Amino acid sequence: MNKLLKKMDPKESMIGFLIALALLLAMPFIAKAVGGTTWVRIVDMTLLYIMLAMGLNIVVGFAGLLDLGYIAFYAVGAYMVALLSSSHLSDNFEWAKNAFPTGLHVPLWVIVPLGAALAALAGIMLGTPILKLRGDYLALVTLGFGEIIRIFMNNLGKNDFNLTNGPRGINRIDPVTVFGYPLDKTIEIGGYKLTKEFLYYYLFLILAAATVFVCYRLQKSRLGRAWMALREDDIAAKAMGINVRNIKLLAFSLGATFGGIAGGMFASFQGFVSPESFTYMESIVILAMVVLGGMGHIPGVVLGAVIMYFLPEFLRFTVEPMQKAMFGKVLLDTAILRQMLLGLAMILIMLYRPKGLWPTPTREDKKDVVSTDKTANTPA
Amino acid sequence: MLETLVQTLINGIVVGSIYAMVALGYTMVYGILGIINFAHGEVMMIGAMVAMTVATLLLKAGLPVLLVLILAAIAAMVVCMILSYTIEKVAYRPLRNAPKLAPLITAIGVSFLLQSIAQLVWGLEHFPFPELLPSKRIILFGDVGITMREIVIVIVSLIMMTGLLTLVNKTKLGRAMRATSENVGVTGLMGVNPNKVISATFMIGAALAAIAGILYAMNAGGKVHFFMGFMPGMKAFIAAVLGGIGNIPGAVVGGLALGLAEALGAGYISSEYQDVFAFVVLVVVLIFRPSGLLGQRTADRA
Repeated sequence: MNKLLKKMDPKESMIGFLIALALLLAMPFIAKAVGGTTWVRIVDMTLLYIMLAMGLNIVVGFAGLLDLGYIAFYAVGAYMVALLSSSHLSDNFEWAKNAFPTGLHVPLWVIVPLGAALAALAGIMLGTPILKLRGDYLALVTLGFGEIIRIFMNNLGKNDFNLTNGPRGINRIDPVTVFGYPLDKTIEIGGYKLTKEFLYYYLFLILAAATVFVCYRLQKSRLGRAWMALREDDIAAKAMGINVRNIKLLAFSLGATFGGIAGGMFASFQGFVSPESFTYMESIVILAMVVLGGMGHIPGVVLGAVIMYFLPEFLRFTVEPMQKAMFGKVLLDTAILRQMLLGLAMILIMLYRPKGLWPTPTREDKKDVVSTDKTANTPA
Repeated sequence: MLETLVQTLINGIVVGSIYAMVALGYTMVYGILGIINFAHGEVMMIGAMVAMTVATLLLKAGLPVLLVLILAAIAAMVVCMILSYTIEKVAYRPLRNAPKLAPLITAIGVSFLLQSIAQLVWGLEHFPFPELLPSKRIILFGDVGITMREIVIVIVSLIMMTGLLTLVNKTKLGRAMRATSENVGVTGLMGVNPNKVISATFMIGAALAAIAGILYAMNAGGKVHFFMGFMPGMKAFIAAVLGGIGNIPGAVVGGLALGLAEALGAGYISSEYQDVFAFVVLVVVLIFRPSGLLGQRTADRA
């Protein structure tokens, strides 16, 4: 991408960047004009999912470790924020009540690093026992990790030790407060109401942009190259003097970090968390974003996240009215249709475009490089 | 005290023998192709759903219960075999030489697709599985008892497993299967069509999964729904790993061991965390003995 920009006329690329920036900044207004506040929410959530997909992309795309329980880190971040910025702990634990009578209400500046750190710790905890595993075993263990986290969230809600409030979930979570200003207050500028969704949009945009930036830098770094070496051939990577154990742990923990931050943001945005939001299905949806977009290619993954998150909404707005018009009722439920398309997409992408919709540009795509190695790039 | 223990062990063996039957499907496919057939649990679910539909219809028509059971089982087996054959042909065969990640992702895709198809065909409800086997409890001693249904489950799975072992060890197809699992390419040179062998493997696994699905549905509260394949599928895979993946007697041992471990864990530690035990077992096995209980130690397995 950077090289691509360099090749273009600097003036032109500057204009392109400014247009993109303007579009991004105007996005919530466009969304509101198109479909009302619901659509602004969808755009907000898309940004969170971009962060999640970016995090999983580090593990799956860069390091080539298949993680089927990624949503667990999202859950860890979300639950941490839920506990730290609601009155749940004080309501249920004597010691917490004594220490914080009105409940803990920790500000954003503490929550984001803390959530990141906790998720990273969870990543290391998951990574350590399974360092030796590869491929499908790894996939299964991570799946188990995700399920275990969810089972604990469901069951740690008993009367004697009510940490997570079980399936009922934790509600009344504080909104994010930026410089003493809670983001759920509506600002009014010249008669146009900027609701909570708008304010969160800009917060998420900053976070997502930061995530994408960090991922770019990571990819280009020594660590990023080490991950790619690991992905291509771990034995060769080891022989090249790469500390495979450490970089695997770093992949898990850095990937988890973004999941944790996104989870924390999700909790304060929704004001409510429950185990429902952190199922195996969600893990697979995020995996599908990475796979569909193009494993390891950052713009591709962003595209994948946008497509995957917009797909059900798109279906709701097109297929349902279409069915109603044709058959008089909804035959195919959107949720089922979405799952079906997701499954089909994963199969078809792997069969016909194994590198994703927008894969990493390879040597052969660049015309000025004469490639001698034709076999390296033929799709399987 | 003793009575609880014996009862727990009996329950564990019953569940374990169902796991073992599903685990056989995983272990055979893994042994030959080296991939996890993630969709196997869903094949089992489809089998149970088909059997439920057929059995409910036939019972309404007034056929005798035993005949209904046999017909439902045959219907389920046929559907599952066709399904599994198609899955292999469409989703796995083109990717046989692709990197390992690719068939794993298609497998997840297939399992999602099957779940959504089941939702489409049967809906989201939980259906009662018709009572085809007597659930009368036979008291062994004290408070310990076993139902007729549970006896049938154990016997059927024993017959199935012995049959499979004979098939693999004694028949021509079995020999071809063993050869293919050693090396697909060389087997082809030896005059065996590996594609046919692989298809046959998938179909045998699917038939076992169909029977296991019926037994599982009868055992687990008699309800079937579109998501019922996920957990037993996972656990059966864990059982296969526990026994040593690729190893057929290993799958049986692993299934029984996992069933017992789960029953004991649920009985003596906590029933709420029942599903956690299986995954803990998996992690422990993979760390300390990645080749499983009966598997041979190989340099590059896990």
